[in-house]
Amino acid sequence: MPEGQFKEGIAGGRLSPDQYADNFSDLHPPLDHHEALVESDRCYFCYDAPCMNACPTSIDIPLFIRQISTGNPVGSAKTIFDQNILGGMCARVCPTETLCEEVCVREVAEGKPVQIGRLQRYATDVAMAENKQFYPRAEPTGKTVAVVGAGPAGLAAAHRLARHGHDVTILEARPKAGGLNEYGIAAYKSVDNFAQAEVDYVTAIGGIDIQNGKALGRDYQLSDLIRNYDAVFLGMGLGGVNALRADGEDAAGVTNAVEFISELRQASDLSGLPVGRRVVVIGGGMTAIDAAVQSKLLGAEEVTICYRRGQEHMNASEFEQDLAAANGVTIRHWLQPKRVIAAGGKVSGIELEYTALKGDKLAGTGETLTLVADQVFKAIGQSFVPAALNGSGASIDLEAGRIKVDAEGRTSLTKVWAGGDCIFGGDDLTVSAVAQGRDAAESIHRSLTQG
Amino acid sequence: MADIRNNFVGIKSPNPFWLASAPPTDKAYNVIRAFKAGWGGVVWKTLGEEGPPVVNVNGPRYGAIWGADRRLLGLNNIELITDRDLQTNLREMKQVKMDWPDRALIASIMVPCVEESWKAILPLVEETGADGIELNFGCPHGMSERGMGAAVGQVPEYIEMVVRWCKQYTRMPVITKLTPNITDIRKPARAAHAGGTDAVSLINTINSITGVDLDSFAPMPTIDGKGSHGGYCGPAVKPIAMNMVAEIARDPETRGLPISGIGGITTWRDAAEFLALGAGNVQVCTAAMTYGFKIVQEMIAGLENWMDEKGHRSLDDVIGRATPNVTDWQYLNLNYVAKAHIDQDACIKCGRCHIACEDTSHQAITSMVDGKRHFEVIEAECVGCNLCVNVCPVDNCITMEPLAAGALDERTGKPVSPVYANWTTHPNNPMAKVAAE
Repeated sequence: MPEGQFKEGIAGGRLSPDQYADNFSDLHPPLDHHEALVESDRCYFCYDAPCMNACPTSIDIPLFIRQISTGNPVGSAKTIFDQNILGGMCARVCPTETLCEEVCVREVAEGKPVQIGRLQRYATDVAMAENKQFYPRAEPTGKTVAVVGAGPAGLAAAHRLARHGHDVTILEARPKAGGLNEYGIAAYKSVDNFAQAEVDYVTAIGGIDIQNGKALGRDYQLSDLIRNYDAVFLGMGLGGVNALRADGEDAAGVTNAVEFISELRQASDLSGLPVGRRVVVIGGGMTAIDAAVQSKLLGAEEVTICYRRGQEHMNASEFEQDLAAANGVTIRHWLQPKRVIAAGGKVSGIELEYTALKGDKLAGTGETLTLVADQVFKAIGQSFVPAALNGSGASIDLEAGRIKVDAEGRTSLTKVWAGGDCIFGGDDLTVSAVAQGRDAAESIHRSLTQG
Repeated sequence: MADIRNNFVGIKSPNPFWLASAPPTDKAYNVIRAFKAGWGGVVWKTLGEEGPPVVNVNGPRYGAIWGADRRLLGLNNIELITDRDLQTNLREMKQVKMDWPDRALIASIMVPCVEESWKAILPLVEETGADGIELNFGCPHGMSERGMGAAVGQVPEYIEMVVRWCKQYTRMPVITKLTPNITDIRKPARAAHAGGTDAVSLINTINSITGVDLDSFAPMPTIDGKGSHGGYCGPAVKPIAMNMVAEIARDPETRGLPISGIGGITTWRDAAEFLALGAGNVQVCTAAMTYGFKIVQEMIAGLENWMDEKGHRSLDDVIGRATPNVTDWQYLNLNYVAKAHIDQDACIKCGRCHIACEDTSHQAITSMVDGKRHFEVIEAECVGCNLCVNVCPVDNCITMEPLAAGALDERTGKPVSPVYANWTTHPNNPMAKVAAE
């Protein structure tokens, strides 16, 4: 009987305990004090710094780095938290290579940017280790705000609202707060239960009541919130997963990548988490990479990402693609799923069709390829599920299937704001969700305090 | 191949790089290592008079300041003269000189300011075969409190008097080491010259406090909660030292007096600059204390390579070449116009030139052109101040380009005059001399 990596089918226990621990350790280990000083010295303290402008939350990066270099990491953390209260997680999960670090002038000059993400983590780690709380709450306003979803957008909104003296209730469908930070991030990007530590840090300000297991549309309606609270913020993310639209996708072994990632994050014993010997991941974004790399790290022998367009179209950053390659994942392009092949109700392979661009339109060429697979992950995007919003009362305006908001995060309904992945115009980044939650909170605050 | 052999007041060494009198030259062990590494000479750490040696503190002796990446920029020192027995030093000096006859060995001396003391020590030193003596009139810490070191160097009359004694009691060449802790370096140099010194060496270290411990509120280096000003040296003092060297080199009263240049010399380029300003050779300490003796190899090769490239055959082709170009402000050509120019291909768009100019100077550099981040000099505002060049992190990205005579200066709206004209004849100068008809 083949064992370990070569065990047929979907199975756990492919690796030794040490291998699991090693594979899922910190992707970017924290900088120590000396490393942080050396790295911070590299920052030029640019004027109107490109990094700062590239940051969706507009963190004053040159200032926080200068504060690290002058031996003031706590002050540095405040500079970060002023703009982004989830700066600790963003330091870990932001695709900095396509944001701040991509435009760092040292990247332009030397191809070697200042490691802004790791410096941000250094400063925020110092402050969080000391549980340094920077923001006293304003005098209570007596106003109440309901926040739907305890993800990055909801937490950022709640913290800002609490600062302004409002009382916030967060209603979260899942058993834990954190949203994608808790359930959707590759395990090696957020080790040591950081997402929960950050929730605790954020809510330590007071005035934030998180109620878990409360799902919109199931346990309460939007109309209830509008009636019972002075304002509502919707930050429930994306509930749906796009279908493959391939024959036979209901076979056992075809799984949503987001569910796999979530299970992995919640698993207390990784050896108990089954993964296929030969895994095919369909998609071209961060989720596809996360699922593929973690499959490999769990001991899958062969992992292939199949994306229907070219390398230049992939949503996953170059860094993420390299990470996948370095971990032995094969990325194939111009292939779309056609048919899941099953034997005895279980996946045994997948038939893919080559694609090509005809003008602007992507079309199958008719040529096909079959890959042997015992597990197929769907990672072709998530979608907003509006059904939960339509329980009662007026319906909310959508745009391209997501909630329509104005520049301040106001929806079409009075008293209702929204932010994060559930709104139209988001870019599915934690850091953008934080910015939207924060800005919507400021808008809510203005509306609650101005006559 | 350039010849970098050095002849300084008759003292010959294979290259112009000497180790200054300081901790690295305190004993034979170090000096031999230095000679093995290639140093042309050493000035042995300062000898005191016979008897119980001085004692040093047993806590920290050095303090420092650093630049980016903790690169040492300035070092401060409260170590005194040698704390080893005079006879031990003399014995080692004699042996080293015998074993390394081609290298220069100079004895630094500091004894009380009385004739008998100098008269007593000079023959002892001469007996070692040392090539010359250096009078330590510079150390600003500790010994100065006992009327020696800088306490002598700050009183030109004392300098002249002691130099005279030395010239009287020894045949060895006398190099007088000057302290920079005075207001006009020309005064002590003139005094040494008047006393008959063969050369001066400068600068000794500068009174300094390198830091304050913000927990104990004590100056650093801290000895049991207290600190004392120490002597400052290293790259940070080089500009101060170079000015002092140039002041002496161009002073009509001391012109031609040999100078051994000291102060922050770290690379061949630093050394070449001192030579060009009039130093006949150079002495190094902090760079060796930071990186070890091996740095001399870079200095030797760098100086030779530069001289070969420029066609300078010997040190005499270089020494003093910049001295005539050191002048007073009043003689600078006010009709010379330069404008900053930013090489757009080299620019990494950090924007520091812009913000420095915008906040603190002449608002002469753009930050945005046609909605794009773009840094460009506005010639109509640029006064040619050079601040942008100095703050730019990229070497040679911003340069100062002189305007040719006749070219329009967009700032004044006038063509650049081909005529040299300085402040002494400027119409705005109430003291202006009438130009000769």
